[in-house]
Amino acid sequence: MIKQVALEPIYLSRLQHYLYCSRQFALIELENIWIENQFTAEGQVLHQRVNQADQQKRGAVRTARALRLANAELRIEGVADVVEYHQQADGTEIPFPIEYKRGKPKAHRADEVQLCAQALCLEEMHGVAIPEGALFYGEVRRRHPVIFDAELRNLTLQTIIACRDIVQTNITPHAIYQARKCNGCSLIDQCHPKDFGKSASAWLAAQLKKD
Amino acid sequence: MRPLRNVIYVQTQNAWLHKDNENLVLKVDKETKARVPIHKLQGLVCFGQVTISPYLMAHCAENGITITFLNMFGKYLARVEGPASGNVLLRRTQHITGHNVEKSVAIAQTMLTGKLYNQRYVIRRYLRDHSEKINDEKILIDLQVAEKRLTRCLTQLTDCKTIDTLMGREGEAAQVYFGVFNHLIRQADFEFDSRRRRPPTDPVNALLSFFYTLLTHDCRSALETTGLDPASGFLHQLRSGRPSLALDMAEEFRPMVDRFVLSLINKRQVVSKDFETWPNGSMTLKDEPRKTLLAAWQDRKQDNLFHPWFEETVPIGLLPWLQAQILARFLRGDCDSYVPFLWK
Ligand code: SF4
Repeated sequence: MIKQVALEPIYLSRLQHYLYCSRQFALIELENIWIENQFTAEGQVLHQRVNQADQQKRGAVRTARALRLANAELRIEGVADVVEYHQQADGTEIPFPIEYKRGKPKAHRADEVQLCAQALCLEEMHGVAIPEGALFYGEVRRRHPVIFDAELRNLTLQTIIACRDIVQTNITPHAIYQARKCNGCSLIDQCHPKDFGKSASAWLAAQLKKD
Repeated sequence: MRPLRNVIYVQTQNAWLHKDNENLVLKVDKETKARVPIHKLQGLVCFGQVTISPYLMAHCAENGITITFLNMFGKYLARVEGPASGNVLLRRTQHITGHNVEKSVAIAQTMLTGKLYNQRYVIRRYLRDHSEKINDEKILIDLQVAEKRLTRCLTQLTDCKTIDTLMGREGEAAQVYFGVFNHLIRQADFEFDSRRRRPPTDPVNALLSFFYTLLTHDCRSALETTGLDPASGFLHQLRSGRPSLALDMAEEFRPMVDRFVLSLINKRQVVSKDFETWPNGSMTLKDEPRKTLLAAWQDRKQDNLFHPWFEETVPIGLLPWLQAQILARFLRGDCDSYVPFLWK
């Protein structure tokens, strides 16, 4: 297969796609499949965020918005909604990432993985250990603390490795139709999970025999 | 399903097209003649003397709207498109596959299977709809024989191991099919003898050539949208400037154009005085009838058909786009063969 330069970073926001469906990740990452609603919206949001980058200080907390993040070793990058820098007694600052999500907390861990990946970037950038962050869900209007424990870190690293594997091998995973997942997927029309499950040559031969 | 956006065909001579906010505006002698929201657009096809502002061009390029320039008679001149879509990996796989004889033959074979299958459908459909009205025994037998021979050509396609033998079989099928094409015409002033391309010298050939050009344009846009390289085909030889893959893909849809042309003639939507002859013997449509026929073509693309592979009813205008998707998915290894559109 064709090798792609392995150094291209994986975007933090794409990790969620992978966790939703590995094929969805590949369709977007490898095939540049254009999803009018989601993709353009994403681009606009990113754009707005970059434009809105700013920082403020209130008491012992410095708040940075639309902060660009990267981890050179893991080769991931992206933008954090909000990072609070909490000043410690000794004067050092510990970053505390907060990600804003529409809707409410979900059963799967995609949001936590994305946040943890942000923490991994901040840890490398600042050379400090980051124990926790928070997810803010618009619908319930509440902060959910997220602890970056060994298990979540492990899941995040595994996800990054799996994404990179798809990019390096340039292989789009086959579609496996699951009603619950696929019917809520904005790529369903381009992916055709039902159709590409059947054998094309057998289908064609059968059609020709029929008449 | 991707919404079927419109292709606008601009035929007004000396028209000036420019962008006004989110609208495309057509002016002639500084007077506004038409205004269309640009976001509804998929392609812009300009015939003859049409000028476009650089801003409109840039906007189209950025939004994936392709602009094609044809001369007044529908001959392809040039095309303006934005930066190549990011799908370099797919294109590379396509080119590598093009070097593989076995795979190229397999793809070309399925595409021609689609063409012959659909040609046979044109004849079957005629037999089904008109058998009782055919008084001439000979015509009926000719059509039935042609139907059988096309079935044989179809089975023989499967044994072809080279592009040349495939082309040979396709040529045979074309002789059979166009050999009875005149039987499908029910208007005395339209006579079809054989397929003549450069230049067409009779009205039927002129109509076929004209709509085949538009069909190829649509296939080309569909391939481009999907991220495939329209210039790198499997059946048609590569030649600089030739949209080989678009021509490959057009094969399976040609019979649909044929049937469309037949219905235009048989329903007298086009008549012999709609054509003019040029000193070199070539024949083309006059301006006004060309406009009417383009509108009819646009309407036809909104009609729905059943797509047997997707098991879904889709507008005709979407077919090239869906086929381009199947081809891309095949090249990516999602399925074990390309499947053409089979008209049922
Ligand atoms: S339609 Fe289903 S298989 Fe396809 S990308 Fe979406 S979730 Fe994955």
